Amino acid sequence: MTESLAITKLSDLANPTRFMALVARLVPWLAAITALLFAVGLYLSFKTEGDYQQGDTVRIMYVHVPAAWLAMMCYTIMALSAIGTLVWRHPLADVSHKAAAPLGAAFTLLALITGSLWGKPMWGTWWTWGDARLTSVFILFLMYLGLIALNRAIDDPSRAARVAAVLILVGFVNIPIIKFSVEWWNTLHQKSSVLRLDGPTIDPEFLRPLLVMALAFTLLFFTLHLLAMRNEILRRRVAAQRRMSARIASRGDAA
Amino acid sequence: MIALLSRDLKLSVRAGGGALIGVLFFTAVVAVIPFGVGPDLNLLARIGPAIVWIGALLSSLLGLDRMFQTDREDGSLDLMLMQEHPLVLTVLIKCLAHWLGHGLPLVIASPLLGLFMNMDEVAIGATMATLLVGTPALTFIGAVGAAVAVALPRGGLLVSILVLPLAIPVLIFGVSAAYAAVEEPAPFLPPFLILIAITMFFAVLGPLGAALALRNADD
Amino acid sequence: MKYAFYVFTSYGVAGVMTLCLIAWVWLDGRARRQELAELEASGFRRRSSRPAPETPDEMGGETTA
Repeated sequence: MTESLAITKLSDLANPTRFMALVARLVPWLAAITALLFAVGLYLSFKTEGDYQQGDTVRIMYVHVPAAWLAMMCYTIMALSAIGTLVWRHPLADVSHKAAAPLGAAFTLLALITGSLWGKPMWGTWWTWGDARLTSVFILFLMYLGLIALNRAIDDPSRAARVAAVLILVGFVNIPIIKFSVEWWNTLHQKSSVLRLDGPTIDPEFLRPLLVMALAFTLLFFTLHLLAMRNEILRRRVAAQRRMSARIASRGDAA
Repeated sequence: MIALLSRDLKLSVRAGGGALIGVLFFTAVVAVIPFGVGPDLNLLARIGPAIVWIGALLSSLLGLDRMFQTDREDGSLDLMLMQEHPLVLTVLIKCLAHWLGHGLPLVIASPLLGLFMNMDEVAIGATMATLLVGTPALTFIGAVGAAVAVALPRGGLLVSILVLPLAIPVLIFGVSAAYAAVEEPAPFLPPFLILIAITMFFAVLGPLGAALALRNADD
Repeated sequence: MKYAFYVFTSYGVAGVMTLCLIAWVWLDGRARRQELAELEASGFRRRSSRPAPETPDEMGGETTA
């Protein structure tokens, strides 16, 4: 919601200062709603009954699925910001996808860890290359790390943002191909055992906590994203001021 | 365009251009595998196509970082950016030259390495065919990475990290087509055709992305 | 509860990770604000020379010397 607001208001927000004001106004509300939703979601996810097949491990789903959903959504947001960077050259878009990369990596890692913790009791192994989703999420994680590395490798922030944006877009186009190929690869190699859980029968019993938790995680992401964007803007201001003061100092020396 | 192609080709074939180094690296990688897994000929024959493919993937990463960097250093990249031809076309030509210089030697060397791996004739032929079709895709993906890292002083390792995840589909379909030719029930054509489709796709996406990155990396 | 270990570990990991993220964002923001305050205190004003930062081209704008 906030993100779409931010995107539609992007043209008004040419001025980062206005964005900062918006963040300052939004974040307390967002944080409060997030905390509330987490409280409700955690309560629901421990109150509801376990699945008769999977036992209590179904509760892991309430963390795992939102994290995996965020891993995807974060990349989508980064791709949208990348378009903003390349087409409109908007500085806020630069900041947005740079700030989102570590968050995306963190949520992807969380999805991997919880998936692995779910897989151990269900499949009997921590990690399997047989599951297409697991493998492609792992590749997504590598892509996030690559983007972070690229952002760190280039000093000039606006150039780093534009170059990273190209890579984000190429990666975004690639994600369906990677997913498709990994699935194909599994059908080829894994004929005997079908390790995939055939989508837990979505019962309202499970759906309710899942939806609440998904919403809570999404709002958490937006809160953190807005704050990380603000930090990034501040970082750039500090850098700009340092440059300026250095220049003034050198001018003073010359005079 | 032809001039650019021949110039790049000459540069890559000339000593220090890296074409020979790529083949040597390829040979070394594949030759190291038997020391790791042991001299079991049946096992080697079974994993052979995969090993040859991985070797080719790694060695195609080798020369990537120099793809645009040499042009940047001697200033010809600026000329390319200012040209009237669309930059995408220039990049495409450069990719082709890079593939002829670095990719094709790998394809030609692969049967020899297939013999090392105790692969039979069909497997060698299939691996060679898939490499012939698949390595251009690696070059096109690599071009994006190379263009992204063009301004970095030491971008070689970073290019590999950025490019490898994107190259996974090529590896998967290349290896599965090569296996499908050997193992009876699996049909050879579907993965092979998908591999061709992926190469075509990257032939469009790669130069587009690389041109975009080059335009954005220069100022 | 069967498999309690796995359930609680995954919730624990999620909690720790979330807290780490929050702490990172918060500490980073505080450090940046402090740096900015130090710069202000040392007498450098922004070009607009207003206490509240205003110029839109400030974010990483090219100011090559």
